[in-house]
Amino acid sequence: MRAGVGPLCLLLALPWAALAAERNGDWPMAGRDTRLTRFADLAQITPDNASQLKLAFSFDTGVRKGQEAAPVVVNDTMYVVTPWPNHLYAFDLSKPGANVKWKFDPNPSASAQGVACCDVVNRGVAFADGRVFMNTLDGQTIAVDAASGKEAWRTKLGDITKGETVTMAPLVVKGKVLVGNSGGELGVRGWIAALDATTGKVAWKAFNTGPDKDVLIGARFKPHYKSDQGHDLGVTTWPTDGWKIGGGNVWAWVSYDPDLDLVYYGTGNPGPWNPDQRPGDNKWTSGVFARDPASGEAVWFYQWSPHDLHDYDGVNENIVVDLPWNGATRKVLLHPDRNGYLYVLDRATGEVLAADPFAHVTTSYGVDLESGALRYNPQKAPEVGKLINDICPASPGAKDWQPSSWSPQTKLLYIPHNNLCQDATTMETSYIAGTPYVGAEVKMKPGPGGHRGELTAWDPVARRKAWQVIERFPVWSGTMVTSGGVVFYGTMDGWFKALDAKSGKLLWQYKTSSGVISQPVTYLAPDGKQYVAVLDGVGGWAGAVVSNDIDVRDGTAALGFTHAMRDLPQHSPKGGTLYVFSLP
Amino acid sequence: MSSRFHSVLASLAALIAASAAQAAGLPHALRVCADPDNLPYSHADGSGFENRLAVLVAKELALPVEFTWMPLRRGFVRKTAGEGLCDVFMGVPAGFERVLTTRPYYRSTYVFVSRTSPALASFDDPRLPALHIGVQLIGNDLAATPAGHALAAKGATANVEGFTIYGEGPATQRLVAAIAAGRLDAGVAWGPQAAFFAKRAGVPLIIAPARAPRDLAQLPFEFAIAIGVKRGEKDLRDAIDAVLARRQAEIDSMLAAYSVPRTDVAGGGS
Repeated sequence: MRAGVGPLCLLLALPWAALAAERNGDWPMAGRDTRLTRFADLAQITPDNASQLKLAFSFDTGVRKGQEAAPVVVNDTMYVVTPWPNHLYAFDLSKPGANVKWKFDPNPSASAQGVACCDVVNRGVAFADGRVFMNTLDGQTIAVDAASGKEAWRTKLGDITKGETVTMAPLVVKGKVLVGNSGGELGVRGWIAALDATTGKVAWKAFNTGPDKDVLIGARFKPHYKSDQGHDLGVTTWPTDGWKIGGGNVWAWVSYDPDLDLVYYGTGNPGPWNPDQRPGDNKWTSGVFARDPASGEAVWFYQWSPHDLHDYDGVNENIVVDLPWNGATRKVLLHPDRNGYLYVLDRATGEVLAADPFAHVTTSYGVDLESGALRYNPQKAPEVGKLINDICPASPGAKDWQPSSWSPQTKLLYIPHNNLCQDATTMETSYIAGTPYVGAEVKMKPGPGGHRGELTAWDPVARRKAWQVIERFPVWSGTMVTSGGVVFYGTMDGWFKALDAKSGKLLWQYKTSSGVISQPVTYLAPDGKQYVAVLDGVGGWAGAVVSNDIDVRDGTAALGFTHAMRDLPQHSPKGGTLYVFSLP
Repeated sequence: MSSRFHSVLASLAALIAASAAQAAGLPHALRVCADPDNLPYSHADGSGFENRLAVLVAKELALPVEFTWMPLRRGFVRKTAGEGLCDVFMGVPAGFERVLTTRPYYRSTYVFVSRTSPALASFDDPRLPALHIGVQLIGNDLAATPAGHALAAKGATANVEGFTIYGEGPATQRLVAAIAAGRLDAGVAWGPQAAFFAKRAGVPLIIAPARAPRDLAQLPFEFAIAIGVKRGEKDLRDAIDAVLARRQAEIDSMLAAYSVPRTDVAGGGS
């Protein structure tokens, strides 16, 4: 029948696409919506029946690197992007077994693999107006026609000869595709760019270091704290020209609040200098910007970790939520940071309303709400030639990129995270590009309790955890939550799990062949049933010991992460399979 | 006829050598992981001293030499030998943990590079914080060259410029060019690179060994450099060791031709 209505389809194409994006049963972008809630109003699967979930179909992507992407579902089609070589698949969900509708190969440069710091991951695509928007590791943003799988445009934004890659999931806001770069460790200056979704032309580009004009700081910029007020702080808080190679990259999440019409994103760590060589706050790294999506103008900024001493970055998700707060409703951002604090920020001003530790922290004593400053513990600051034990959280942070989810029903934030500490000494002889140097010998280890991962359900109003689940390995997958009252996540030893959103009780689990470090999603298929989808394929920084075949005897490999992950190869082989589940 | 006869002989000799190599547990070729653009060590045109050393070692082992060209940057062992692309790195610090290392074949030091005025030769120079100084930046978390650590410890941060390994040509080439052009007063860089580019700078530049400042005596500024062999290839490592011992004199003159500053023997430097 569909074939017979071709002309009608053409006529309806645009309005239908706009409508489709609003459908409850879709999952049109990695974060589910621009608020990054990862909450679906789907209630067929409940705590009562979740134990009956069965595999509906699976698909082997053939790529055996870390799979961090979220499958995206719009209009009865699922889109999945793989790690490098960044193949994009479209699956027809109206057909039994969801056959491949088309496959798009962007042919990214092979040399990009050698540049990426930790693994060749991709964090997912975004759908808008009949197009799928994807990033490639070698720094391109590509628009693909969702119906045909044909390329509409491609724009090269990154330069891999400078160490610049792109791994983040783009976000489409008001006809603009927002994209940022990776590569801070290599001295790549961080930026976010907005591309016209129709043409791919760059509408604006804002750097996260350097003079105000480059950072798009102007008359509208009103940061809440004094430490962020001043002229050209992106230059003056660095040694001479240090900002030119200062990092502050945008390699994870961008969110958007339609009410205030602001986009929010975190910035990466300062690089590639050792901390002693870059005295100052190193603006605007390891913080969060609010910007006008139309012009890119900065509206406010707050710095989670000024003069970042521990490679904590600041890129984790900023979830747009309205909360009851001291008798009023506040428009806030919820942000679980690498430094171990769950921040509640006023998203109109950048004021910190609360910052409470959700994990074990020894590197700081808390956040001074008057000045906004993180109160570092000087005992844990890196020092040349000195062994410093029990730095908690370790460099990947209390929580890395793996995204949390928010349920407006339970009013809980489901935070997948790490329980890792590290011992560090900066005297190990190392060698890159023909230059011997003194590297930090970092050995990560489990935090208190001896386990390496946790899933914490956090009540941001009561400012405490509601419940917590302990895992052997870091929980490196995202979480997802439904109005049915079920939370989904995966583990690095290959268990995909469903928990009761209220209590954390384990309802169901399925053993995948490789570990799970991706982002689970849920959707309604044309048959009217609710499905749950996830990719396995261990890797990423935490799982590089498997995906990159690292010798487990080399504890300092993968920047010291191997030491904490020696037993992972016994628990998870490589993988790269899409699994889709439903009730019988 | 005669040349054909020679080539047959040569093939025979190669065959015999190859079977001898196999008997010793050696691979079918000397498979070298090499940077395509990082003079004075290595260049895709074979003009680096490590390229020449590879040819010399292969000849001594009666093995053909095969180069795998990949920039030797962060994670280079994993991305080359780890992926099975090659087995040998012609230069790594002695004792470098990620590979098996041979006996060191030279020892060098970090050096100050400056124009004749102002000449810089010590981290204890009181002018240090005021001078514009270039250093190599490595691009690994919290890591720095010993010179980078020493400058920071001496309060020289505001006027220090970093040169990252990414960019047009080797970082040290850009650093030395900035000194030669007068844009920087001085630089502190690893000797083999600094001396090589200083000699080609077109203006007289002074090279002076950089010694650890007194209060940072534990910081190493000298490093012994060896050949690195993929873990597990002990026979190959031992065979290369024997070649290095046998041919050290030839290697010394090769290094001298590239102006490599030496702290183990006289020579090099310029």
